[in-house]
Amino acid sequence: MADHLLEVRNLSVDFHTATGTVHAVRDISYYLDRGETLAILGESGSGKSVSSSAIMNLIDMPPGKIASGEILLDGKDLFKMSNEARREVNGRRIAMIFQDPLSHLNPVYTVGWQMREALKTHGKGNTEAQAEALRLFKRVALPDPERSLDKYPHEFSGGQRQRVMIAMALALKPDLLIADEPTTALDVTVQAEVLNLLKELQRETGMGVLIITHDLGVVSEVADRVVVMEKGQLVESGTVREVYHNPQHAYTKKLIAAAPGKGDMHEPEATGDAILSVKDARKFYGGFEALKGVSFDLKAGETVAVVGESGSGKSTLARILLRLEEADGGTAKWKGKDLFTMSPGDLFKLRRDLQMVFQDPTQSLNPRMTVYQLISEAWVIHPEILPKAKWRERVTELLGQVGLSPEHMGRYPHQFSGGQRQRIAIARALALEPQLIVCDEAVSALDVSVQAQVITLLDKLRKEMGIAFIFIAHDLPLVRDFADYVMVMQKGEVVEFGTVAQVFDNPQKPYTQALLAASLDPDPDVQAANRNARLATAS
Amino acid sequence: MLSFIRKRAFASLISLIGLLVMVFFLSRLTGDPASLFLPVEASAEMKAEFRALHGLDQPLLVQFGQYVGNVLTGDLGESLRKARPALDVVLEAFTWTLWLAVITMTLVTVCAIVVGSLAAFRTGGFFDRFSSMVSLIGASVPDFWLAIVAIVVFAIQLSWLPTSGTGSLSHWILPICVLFVRPFGIIVQVVRGSMISALSSAYVKTARAKGVKSGPIIFVHALRNAMLPVITVIGDQAASLLNGAVVIETIFGFPGVGKLMIDSILQRDFNVVLAAILVTAFAIFLMNLVIDLAYALLDPRIRY
Repeated sequence: MADHLLEVRNLSVDFHTATGTVHAVRDISYYLDRGETLAILGESGSGKSVSSSAIMNLIDMPPGKIASGEILLDGKDLFKMSNEARREVNGRRIAMIFQDPLSHLNPVYTVGWQMREALKTHGKGNTEAQAEALRLFKRVALPDPERSLDKYPHEFSGGQRQRVMIAMALALKPDLLIADEPTTALDVTVQAEVLNLLKELQRETGMGVLIITHDLGVVSEVADRVVVMEKGQLVESGTVREVYHNPQHAYTKKLIAAAPGKGDMHEPEATGDAILSVKDARKFYGGFEALKGVSFDLKAGETVAVVGESGSGKSTLARILLRLEEADGGTAKWKGKDLFTMSPGDLFKLRRDLQMVFQDPTQSLNPRMTVYQLISEAWVIHPEILPKAKWRERVTELLGQVGLSPEHMGRYPHQFSGGQRQRIAIARALALEPQLIVCDEAVSALDVSVQAQVITLLDKLRKEMGIAFIFIAHDLPLVRDFADYVMVMQKGEVVEFGTVAQVFDNPQKPYTQALLAASLDPDPDVQAANRNARLATAS
Repeated sequence: MLSFIRKRAFASLISLIGLLVMVFFLSRLTGDPASLFLPVEASAEMKAEFRALHGLDQPLLVQFGQYVGNVLTGDLGESLRKARPALDVVLEAFTWTLWLAVITMTLVTVCAIVVGSLAAFRTGGFFDRFSSMVSLIGASVPDFWLAIVAIVVFAIQLSWLPTSGTGSLSHWILPICVLFVRPFGIIVQVVRGSMISALSSAYVKTARAKGVKSGPIIFVHALRNAMLPVITVIGDQAASLLNGAVVIETIFGFPGVGKLMIDSILQRDFNVVLAAILVTAFAIFLMNLVIDLAYALLDPRIRY
């Protein structure tokens, strides 16, 4: 029997930490052949990146330790090779690209230097390396390849940086490319382009691709086979179609069920006058116009989703509405009073009504405060809301509302998972009994199954307490499940505004259509049809 | 870039003027130079004559105005003790200090970077623990004590090196070695900390995935990124050496600007004190400018 390109056999990796041994992966096995794409699907903490780090010899030992198993590359065990031999394998035989290309490129050297280094490390001469770097930059379609080589990583956009990473990884024509969440940090349309590029390059070179992702959409778009990981164990494997249509393991079923974008869409049902009425909001940063006149109305108990790619101005809109930054024009009437020109005194009273939940709960919660302190701090600032004697009781109640229990009160943020932390952030926002909550990518950093829980929670609060939401997101399926209205933004302007059904089922503007087309569907058959339709329109 | 240098020069000018005002008036508060210079039995006329000769009989503000006018024309006055232009006296001493500082800081920088980087590469290893201990001792040991012990051991007991003064290369060894210890201890710790975070960065992971060898990963990929906080501290330490390592220069009888300043203060040789302060302040301004430019050179994201 011919050897597989890559075969991982019974791999177990432990991390010995001060608090005890963590079994990061336990007894996992999979294989990959040339020209094939295997996806490792899992949520955070599932150990999905550990085996690839073991393949690349990137695990720090200690604290890491290969407890058992072997990794065969063309039948040869990597663990039996010398460090020097493994270094030779890295880059030449196996290459890797990562989630966040900005931090994975050295900021102080030009990208051309870093490209040439990859080539020269494995024995290419200077002029040869330069020519090859230029050829690769042309191949990955970087603009103005000659000049791009002399630029530094910060001078590129996110998508271009990932193209640089891909060019660098492919410099030595590796047999195996490992892509660890390669498109997670990118906008949907850029994600589609990068995945497309990867597939083209795979067809040209016949390399095997191991893609690590949490996104079912990415799996259905690029992978032939998939292995599903949970808590360090491999729970299911098979072709993408098999696994999607006929999942065997309970976890896989849960993961597929949690994928957003399949439920019924909301019919806007809120009545009455608008509580917030934004007219022609503008914001400049120097000469750059970040918001070019945005207008919309919002009623109590209603959700407006603001979607758009990075640089569209959606976060700027949130910041000026909460007066975290000053608007440069327009009005935002909150129950008849203009938020943009309100005096600091009025604004202070109003802070109660308007709350914000941020993207990253790890950063937005003070790590030195307990949950009780985090939530009750609102009443220290606004003592008229609640007498101190009732604080404990109310914190218990709020924790209950967001699905946490009273004993969590004395703990610190780091003792919670990401999803729990975001619930704490929501409980903190609720402490002031707000009438509007602005969620800036509030669930983007969370795992799919946790996302679903948080969205359900927000929807419950909307129904029961009549809270209005401005829901800023880049993830369209999520918006589809939660919003009443959708506002599509591009370069500081509103491109399209309508009920969620109008925008999703019958998008009017080409930009909205492009966004929807680039959004990946977890169902491989639907995704294949979408892709063919997209390619047909493109050609 | 040029406009940045202009802006910095202007800002430094303001602080130089402030410095000048403070030092001039403070030094006049310490007593009348006429009674110090002339013998105790000098008559009132002699004192008056002395004052008139050196302009000390004028109101303070007039003296200050004259002084500023002279400074602008490059004339920093005469040394009262040495009857030579104060600037010449100071520049002569400053040359000694400059050499001492440059040699010491060059040695410190090279050694601290190598030791700190290697310690960071194998955190918790033997070399890391050993160098941490050495650098901690170095950073905390009092230099005057070290100087005296060094003289006792190497100059007196072993007779390998001269105790003090100048004249041969061997005269430089003890002062440089003693001055080396504290900045070395401090900078090793900074390099180590900075390198640990640089080595655990994502771009180092990329370099390892490319198959780059350990040497270039430490000294090419990580070091240049780790240098930014390090050069700030290097500048800080170098500034204190340029100011004149007063204690060490005095102990080793080294004719640097630190010793000159102390001597001139004790002798109320105001012109020399003021000239010394101006010269060192100017040198430190130049050095800070070089450090700012080094930032831009090391990190392409910094542009002025």
